[in-house]
Amino acid sequence: MNWTAVRSIYIFEMFRFFRTVAQSLLAPVISTSLYFVVFGAAIGSRIEQVEGVGYGAFIVPGLIMLTVITQSIANASFGIYFPKFIGTFFELLSAPISFLEIVMGYVGAAATKSLIIGFIILITAYFFVDFSIAHPLAMVAFLLLTTISFALFGFILGIWAGNFEQLQIVPLLIVTPLVFLGGSFYSISMLPPFWQAVSMFNPVVYLISGFRWAFFGTADVPILTSLLAIGLFTGVCLGIIWWIFRTGWRIRQ
Amino acid sequence: MANIVEITDLRKSYKDGFQALKGVNLGIEEGEILALLGPNGAGKTTLISTVCGITMPTSGTVTVGGHDILHDYRAARSMIGLVPQEINLEPFERVINTVRFSRGLFGKPSDDAAIEKVLRQLSLWDKKDNQIRELSGGMKRRVLIAKALAHDPRVLFLDEPTAGVDVELRKDMWQIVDKLKEDGVTIILTTHYIEEAEAIADRVGVIAHGELLLVEEKTKLMTRMGQKELEVQLTETLTEVPRNLQSDDLALSSDGHALIYTYDTNAERTGITKLLADVAAEGLVLRDVVTRQSSLEDIFVNLVKEDAT
Repeated sequence: MNWTAVRSIYIFEMFRFFRTVAQSLLAPVISTSLYFVVFGAAIGSRIEQVEGVGYGAFIVPGLIMLTVITQSIANASFGIYFPKFIGTFFELLSAPISFLEIVMGYVGAAATKSLIIGFIILITAYFFVDFSIAHPLAMVAFLLLTTISFALFGFILGIWAGNFEQLQIVPLLIVTPLVFLGGSFYSISMLPPFWQAVSMFNPVVYLISGFRWAFFGTADVPILTSLLAIGLFTGVCLGIIWWIFRTGWRIRQ
Repeated sequence: MANIVEITDLRKSYKDGFQALKGVNLGIEEGEILALLGPNGAGKTTLISTVCGITMPTSGTVTVGGHDILHDYRAARSMIGLVPQEINLEPFERVINTVRFSRGLFGKPSDDAAIEKVLRQLSLWDKKDNQIRELSGGMKRRVLIAKALAHDPRVLFLDEPTAGVDVELRKDMWQIVDKLKEDGVTIILTTHYIEEAEAIADRVGVIAHGELLLVEEKTKLMTRMGQKELEVQLTETLTEVPRNLQSDDLALSSDGHALIYTYDTNAERTGITKLLADVAAEGLVLRDVVTRQSSLEDIFVNLVKEDAT
C-alpha cells in the first residue's frame, strides 16, 4: 500500500478546499442559514410540531443531509474531474499507485470536506433553534457513512463526466430532487399513502430517516433498514469503481 | 552496458482498428540519451504512454529495470519520470506544492532538501512560491521537468520537450538534459527537431507508422547513411557538365558556377583526386572547394520516405 501517495492526494485536495475557503465554507453556511430563516423562523413558526419535535429542529437533520450529500458529490466529482479536464490526470496513471489508493485519497478528502461543512451547519443550527442529539455516536456514524458513500458516487460521476455540463447535470436533475423529496423538510408520514409508497423507492429517504432518528429517536423507516440502504448504496458504488479501474473505463486507453 | 528498458514486440491497437504500434522491439541502455524521431502520428507518444502506464498495451512486454510494467507496475513506474508534451499543470497551485505532490505520488516521503535541489537544478527556486499561472511558458516546462524528477527517477521520458519554445530556451533545455545525463539518468526524448537529436542524443531511433525503422548510434548512423558532397566552385559559368566529366555522381549547380560531386566517405576510393585532375585537364579554373556532410535530417527524411513507398 502506497500510503504516502494517499496522503499526498488527500493533502493536495484539502489545500484546494482551504484555498477556496469562502466558496467551500461560507456558501453552504449562508444558504443553510437562509433555510433556517425561511423554513424555521418564518414558515416553521406557523407549523405545529412534527412527530413531537418543533419544526425548526425537525428540519436540522434534513438540512445537514441536503448539504452533506450535495457537497460530497460536488467535491469528489470535481476533485477527480479537474485533473482530467486540465490534463494532469496522466500523473496519477503513471505513478506507482493502485486505483484503490487514488479512490482513498480523493474520496477521503471529499468526505472530510463534507464532514467539516456538516459540523459547521450543525453548529450554525444551534444559533437558530433549540435541539438535542439523542444518539450522538450514531449521528456521527451516519454522517460519516453518508459522506463516504456519496463521495464515492461523486467520484464515479467525475470519472464519467466528459464536460462540466455532465458534471452538473446529475446533481442538479437527479440528486437535488431526490434529497428534497427525501423528507428533508417533512416527515414521509405526512404524505398521502400513495406518495408514501413512492417515496420508499427514494434511497435518500432512508438516509434522512436514519439521521433524524440519531437526533430525535423517531424515524419514518426502521433504523436497520436505513443502515441496510446506505450499506447497499456504498456497496454498489464500490462495485462500480472496482469495475471502472479493472476495465480502465474513461481512464486508460 | 545493460538495458534499463526492454521493449519486446509491443503492439497497440485501438477499438477503431487503428494500429498505433506494430510490434516495437527496443532496448534502451542505462545512462544513454535516446532520441525518437518520427512524423506526426508515428507512434512516439503512444510508445512513451504505454511504457509509463498511461496506455494499456494490446500485446508484448515492457520491463523497466527488470520489472514488468503490468505485473510489477509499482517497481517499474517508481523508476520512471515523465514530462508530457502539453503543459498540463494546475494553474492556481504553487510551484513547490505541485512538485511536493508529485514526489508524494511516487511514495517518496516529504523531503524539503530534495525538493530544493530539484528546484535549484532547474532555476526554479526563486519561483517556488509563485502560482503556476504566473510563470512564463518556459518556466512551466521547467516545472513539468521538476515534477518528473521529484522522485529521483532513473529513466526520464521527455515527450517533445522543446516543442514550440524559442531557440534560447531550447538550448537551455539541452543543457538541463546534459546535466541529467551526467547524473546518470537515462533519457528518452521524442522530438520533431532533428537538430535536437543531432545535438544531444547518443542514439537515434526513427519511428513511422507504428514501426521502429531503425535504432543506431547517432555518429554511426550519420557515417553509415550519410553522404558527403564536394562542391568545386569555378571561375566561369557552365551550361552543362563537360562531356569528359559526366558521371552519375556529378551535377552542375543551379547557377552553373559549381560542380557538385557526391561520394561515400567509407568507400575505398572517394574519386576526389581523379575528379580534380579531370577538372584541371578540362581547363577549368577553380575558385574554391567546399565539402558538406548530409545531416540527420536528410537521413530521417529519406528513411521515412522509403517507408512510405
